[in-house]
Formats: sequence, structure tokens, C-alpha cells
Amino acid sequence: MTWQIEVDRNTCIGTGSCAGIAPEHFELRDRKSCPRHPTAEPDELLVDAAESCPVEAITIRDATSGELIAPEP
Amino acid sequence: MAATEPRNYPFTEADRLTVDPAFAGLRKDEPLCRVRFPYGEAAWLVTRYEDVRTVLGDPRFSRAEAVHRDEPRLRPHRGLEGSILDLDPPDHTRLRRIVAKAFTARHIERLRPRTEQIAAELADGMAARGAPADLVADFALPLPVTVICELLGVPLADRADFRTWSDALLSTTKYTPQEIQDCTDALMAYMAGLIAERRAAPHDDLLGALVDARDNGERLSERELQVLAVSLLVAGHETTASQIPNFVYTLLTHPEQLAALRADPGLVPGAVEELMRYVPLGNGAGMPRYALDDVELSGGIVRAGEAVVVCPVSANRDEAVYTDPDRLDVLRQEASHVGFGHGPHHCLGAQLARMELQVALNTLLERLPGLRLAGPEESVVWKSGVALRGPERMPVTWDRTRDA
Ligand code: HEM
Ligand code: SF4
Repeated sequence: MTWQIEVDRNTCIGTGSCAGIAPEHFELRDRKSCPRHPTAEPDELLVDAAESCPVEAITIRDATSGELIAPEP
Repeated sequence: MAATEPRNYPFTEADRLTVDPAFAGLRKDEPLCRVRFPYGEAAWLVTRYEDVRTVLGDPRFSRAEAVHRDEPRLRPHRGLEGSILDLDPPDHTRLRRIVAKAFTARHIERLRPRTEQIAAELADGMAARGAPADLVADFALPLPVTVICELLGVPLADRADFRTWSDALLSTTKYTPQEIQDCTDALMAYMAGLIAERRAAPHDDLLGALVDARDNGERLSERELQVLAVSLLVAGHETTASQIPNFVYTLLTHPEQLAALRADPGLVPGAVEELMRYVPLGNGAGMPRYALDDVELSGGIVRAGEAVVVCPVSANRDEAVYTDPDRLDVLRQEASHVGFGHGPHHCLGAQLARMELQVALNTLLERLPGLRLAGPEESVVWKSGVALRGPERMPVTWDRTRDA
């Protein structure tokens, strides 16, 4: 299984929370979050980051089915 | 960087809302400055915006390490032991995730109508009783206290008690160490009581949800649960309660900016961000971090094991990031301020605080036209011996409304 990682840079307010929680998955570029890789092996840290984003700018989906994994609606 | 004799910090006593001019010189000439706080070991003071963000956001800087060290601080005692601010990821993430959802922008928006209602009632109460009023006691304090009480599920009727306890918790020199310990114990016991009530019967509030997370997911210890709930109650009102009168005071001393807001209330959200940048709420410095590795900042190298204290007040006035940083400009659209911190510990309540501050300004502008100080500048009494700057009392008056 592969997860697809997206950050909506228009929504991101650059708190750096995701990069602190999961530095191997997110970094700040021009003071906004960017996924380091568009996809990754399933990792609970990705769910943590998406669930903790204050503006819910991060979405994690199953790369094949497109099913939403986080954040919870 | 060679270790020179540390300078005593803070350099000057906080004076109203003025920013120590020394920071501008440090940003330029000594971006890593060796300082000694009244208590704890010496540290590097970091004053540049980009460096402050690195120290707060880079996992090579640790908060957890501070627990084992004699961390630099303004008061003899450390803060609440076992708080979320003492943890690094992944431990920190475990706690933070349990509460993060309740504080997302989307969830906080749902509290806006009720917050507007509370603010309107407070302002109307002031109008009905007539001027002068104390902006702190009559508006700025009860607004966030009511909101956090309703969100958490803490009875508003107990506010006189937890106000005193919380005041002591955040104090630097206003209370003795024994008084602070007693107040901390009282607050923890009080919270334990509210937690027990939720175990006896389910409650549909945030405290109930936290108890549920503890009892059904085992993701946090009993102590962590209690400390987290206490932190939310304390952090959830002192800060916002200080910022409301700080913002009003700042706008009153910048009449052209206030006029712009009066002419176009649509500017309020942007004004809240600019005021967060401009107002030096913290009395000098945030919680120290410890370098776990040698880290190169723009200002020099921090060695593994050294303590670093960031100065958000200075970062928010960094000329490398903001044009004319000492000017208040509600139309400014530059880099986001670090008034809510940065990185994993970025203020959990930031969206709530933003919403409350927007509602507070909107309500005051709309319901108390011509709001101004009731007396001379000296009639504003500023707090002392506490960690946050703000008026203790701020007598205000306004133009009589038609129906008053
Ligand atoms: C204008 C109001 C506020 C300001 C200026 C403010 C500022 C801050 C700052 C600067 C930090 C980071 C501290 C650090 O990293 O050393 C922080 C953390 C925190 N704030 Fe706020 N805050 C405000 C309102 C609130 C509110 C309303 C809550 C309500 C729940 C709250 C809860 C917290 C918590 C729990 C943390 C610790 C987060 C963590 O360690 O993950 N704050 N705040
Ligand atoms: S947590 Fe959300 S808002 Fe903060 S940097 Fe990451 S994506 Fe942006």
C-alpha cells in the first residue's frame, strides 16, 4: 500500500507543526509546508501530522483508491 | 563563538508595551548573545526571525532536555511539571493529537457565534452601567474565561478561585514560592474533582473527551490528563485577556490605524495579525531549548548541550523580514509573526485566540463608539511580577449611544 501526501499551500499558515512531528515527511519551503515526497509507505506519523494541522491543510489518501485516510472529517 | 561574560537578562524592566531598543543592536551585531537569567544556567539569546524559527522548529533543539537541566528562567520555580511544553516529539505528538482536533480553525469557527454573543452582552453591560468602565475586569477577562470554561466544561461560578490560582502559576515575583506551590496544588486538586465528575457521569465537553481518551485509549497518564486540562484553563484565558487591552491601548496610541479599522471592519482579521506582531506580550523570552547537536544559526554555532532562549518580541521586529518593523500598519501583509511560537509547540489555542481577538475588536468598535481612555495615560495600571505584559486596570469611556 502507498499513501499520497498533499499540502494545500494556500491554506497552510506555516506553523511548522507538521515538520516538527514528521521531519522525514515535511519541510518548510518559503515558510510553508511541502511534502518531501509525494507518496510514502503508510506511517502513523503522517496521520499525526494531518490530524494536528490547525488548518487541516494536509491530506493523506490511499494512492490507489483515493480513499481519505486523514484528517478525519 | 567565544563565550564572553554573560549579560544579565532581561536587560531592562518591561515598561508598558515598549520594546527594548537593545534588540535591534543585537540582531545586527550579536545575534547570539550570552545571557544570564535571574535563575538557571547561562544561555544564548536568539533575536533574529529566521534563527528564532529554526530554534523553535528544528528537532535538534529540545524542550524535554530542559527538564533535567537548570533551565534559565525568570523565577525560582519551574512551571507545571509534566506539561505538554516539556515534551519533544514523538511523546509530544501523542498528547497534542488528543487535543489538536478541538482547536482546528474549522472547529473554532463553530464557537464564533457564541463568542460574539458573550462579547455583545459584556459590552452592552458596560454601556448600560455607563462610563467609565474597566476594560480589563468588565470585558477582556470575562470574555476568554467564559469561552474556555464553556469549551472545557469548567463551571464559570468557580472563576474567582481558579483566577487566583492561575495568576500565581504564571507569576514571576508576585507570589512567594510557597504560595505558588499551594495554588498549583489547589488547581490540580480542583481539576481532579472535575475529572472525577466526568467518570461518574458522561459530559459532552472537552474535558469529558479528554477523560474518555484516557480511559478508552490509554494514550495519556492520569497526571498528563490533569496537567493538560489545567494548562488549557490557564493558557486559555490569561494570554487573550492580556492581549485584548494591549491591542486596544496600542490602537488608541495609533489613532490613524484605529480610524482605518473603524472605517472598514473588514480589516480586523489582518489587524489582529499585525497587533500580534507588534505587541510585546512576553516579558522578554520564551521557554528555553537545548541543542542536542551542534547547530549552525545565522548568528553562529550553538554547541550540543547549550541552552538557547528565543526572543519572539525581537523576531517580530526583524528588519530583515519586515519593512519599517517598528511601525504599526494594519494593512501590512508580510511574513507571519512568531507571537504564537513556531514548530511542534506552536500555540495550540492560536485559532481560538485569533477568533476571540477578532470578535473582541469588532464588538468594541461596534458597540462602544468613540472608545478611549477615561483618564490620562497614568490611569492605566500595568501588571508587574508576572510573565505576561498587560494592564491590570484600564479605565475607558466612550460616546454615549443614542439609546443609553
Ligand atoms: C493571544 C493569545 C495567546 C498567545 C499570544 C499564545 C502564545 C503561545 C506561545 C508563544 C506558545 C509557544 C510556547 C513555546 O513554544 O515555548 C503557546 C503554546 C501553547 N498555547 Fe498559547 N497563546 C495564546 C492563547 C492560547 C489559548 C486561548 C490557548 C487555549 C487553549 C492556548 C494554549 C496553549 C497550549 C496548550 C500551548 C502549548 C502547546 C504545546 O506545547 O504543544 N494558548 N502559546
Ligand atoms: S501543520 Fe499545517 S499549517 Fe502548519 S506548516 Fe504544516 S501544513 Fe502548514
